[in-house]
Amino acid sequence: MADTANPGAGPGHSGDGETRRDFLYLTAAAMGVVGTAAVAWPIIDSMNPAADVRALASIVVDLSPVEEGMAITVIWRGNPVFVRHRTAAEIETARGVALDDLPDPETDEARVQKPQWLVMVGICTHLGCIPKGQRVGEEKGEYDGWFCPCHGSHYDTSGRIRKGPAPRNLDVPPYEFLDDTTIEIG
Amino acid sequence: MSEFKPTNPVIRWIEHRLPIFSFIDHAVGSGYPTPRNLNYWWNYGSLAGIALVILIITGIVLAMQYTPHADYAFDSVERIMRDVNYGWLLRYIHMNGASFFFIVVYIHLFRGLYYGSYKEPRELLWMIGVTLLLLMMATAFTGYVLPWGQLSYWAARVITNMFTAFPFGETIVTWLWGGYTVGNPTLNRFYAFHYLLPFVIVGVVFMHIWALHRFGSSNPVGIEADGPQDKIPFHPYYTVKDLFGLGVYLTLFAALVFFAPNMLGETINYVEADPLVTPAHIVPEWYFLPYYAILRSVTFDIWFLSAKLIGVILMFGSTLILFLVPWLDRSPVRSARFRPWYKWFFWIWVFDVAVLTWVGANLPVPPYLYIGQVASVWYFFHFLVILPLLSIFEPTKPLPSSIGEPVLKGGGASAAGAASKPMEKA
Repeated sequence: MADTANPGAGPGHSGDGETRRDFLYLTAAAMGVVGTAAVAWPIIDSMNPAADVRALASIVVDLSPVEEGMAITVIWRGNPVFVRHRTAAEIETARGVALDDLPDPETDEARVQKPQWLVMVGICTHLGCIPKGQRVGEEKGEYDGWFCPCHGSHYDTSGRIRKGPAPRNLDVPPYEFLDDTTIEIG
Repeated sequence: MSEFKPTNPVIRWIEHRLPIFSFIDHAVGSGYPTPRNLNYWWNYGSLAGIALVILIITGIVLAMQYTPHADYAFDSVERIMRDVNYGWLLRYIHMNGASFFFIVVYIHLFRGLYYGSYKEPRELLWMIGVTLLLLMMATAFTGYVLPWGQLSYWAARVITNMFTAFPFGETIVTWLWGGYTVGNPTLNRFYAFHYLLPFVIVGVVFMHIWALHRFGSSNPVGIEADGPQDKIPFHPYYTVKDLFGLGVYLTLFAALVFFAPNMLGETINYVEADPLVTPAHIVPEWYFLPYYAILRSVTFDIWFLSAKLIGVILMFGSTLILFLVPWLDRSPVRSARFRPWYKWFFWIWVFDVAVLTWVGANLPVPPYLYIGQVASVWYFFHFLVILPLLSIFEPTKPLPSSIGEPVLKGGGASAAGAASKPMEKA
């Protein structure tokens, strides 16, 4: 074994011998890293959402009782989803805004599937508070949409951030219309 | 310092096989030589240790009554308050014990900054201390979530949401939560961490003490001991001094626990967590207010960095910068007693932290917002600019020639008489 690996003799002999041993060290260390990672991953991944939590990933919502101008809040994956039946005036206001005035430019058309139904995750994109503006009489902020009381973010009638520390517009969850007044979220 | 020579045969038998008694004697007994001139600001290390023990003991018995489930946690805490024998007492001690732990540790830290205790060769001792502070913060935060009140819930949400400021933030936060929002899995893991971390703290405390005993305590004049005449045994001199301090501490602590147990808390946390209603005013516990003020002071983007990310970085940076203090302050003089300029800047900094605490308790609107912004800038300016500049330009006062000199009016500096009888003058 040693002969085939180290054909020479003298000072070079021990040097070459080290190379062979270094290789063993490296492969052993590499296997150690892979093995550790293989053991660590189940421990880390066990902290991710479990199957029962993931199973609650979609809900069906009947929108027929929601009159124009009304808003409802439904729970999806433990989070509130805002559904607002917008008035023509609200839609018009949302569509009349120049994109240059928006911190997170997005057209109103891109945020809705049917103009009268605005569906959004009701969580402020700053630090996760629930904005006010769903219930009658609540403060809706300077743009008549939603207002987050925690750190003062103002959202417009399309749920877009207009003023305050939030970096993004309110998120639109994946949803589809099953018929004219029924949606499935998730 | 006398050698440890037990006379009791049982102790000698054990000591021969496991030298634990000499170990204790060297740690907190007559075998630990301590500078003779320590003042009461040096009490806070041992007080912090006792505060930690009080928290661990009350915490273990509270854990026997607590239910870590989102549906039952709040009720189980109310049951502790109403039905469990002395449950109200144990919980009030635990709750206010955390506050007192932070008071004591903050004073301990301010002591270190004032007297330059972090300077060579005690940099690592200081850094282990800052690590302990970070561990305490994590423990306090996870513990605050457990009663599952409105502020428990929303504090958990706001703080964990900070991670969304970083790349892959959503993935990280979902992993931290174990779901798509703060929920039962989050409560469970926070409980596990809250039980684990105090014992990690105990382990790191041992490293803190180990590093301390390498060179011994610093002292108010900040010069090293010349010889044995500058030192006295820890026991009985400082055990007695620490016990007196403990008496004062426990008196104040009992006053809070028995007469104003909810003074430092927020009433709204006695309302059960509601994921659909954000409280009008979210505030952290008082000991986190300065950091919270710094977080909320950033209201503008800089280049490609969002205000949120900068706020989060500065908030964590306000504690992490303490790690660098031994290298930011290059002044060869330790104690502020002999640093006429630093003494002022130290108290200005303490005042600045007090202002940040006050701002953090208020809504981020003018004038609080602007005051908070000025105070946040000063906080970092102190460490990053003032300390390095003072190291160069400050005219320091002459140092005494020995620890004993200021006390003995010129005598005692390695005098043979003092060396032979070190304890009489202390």
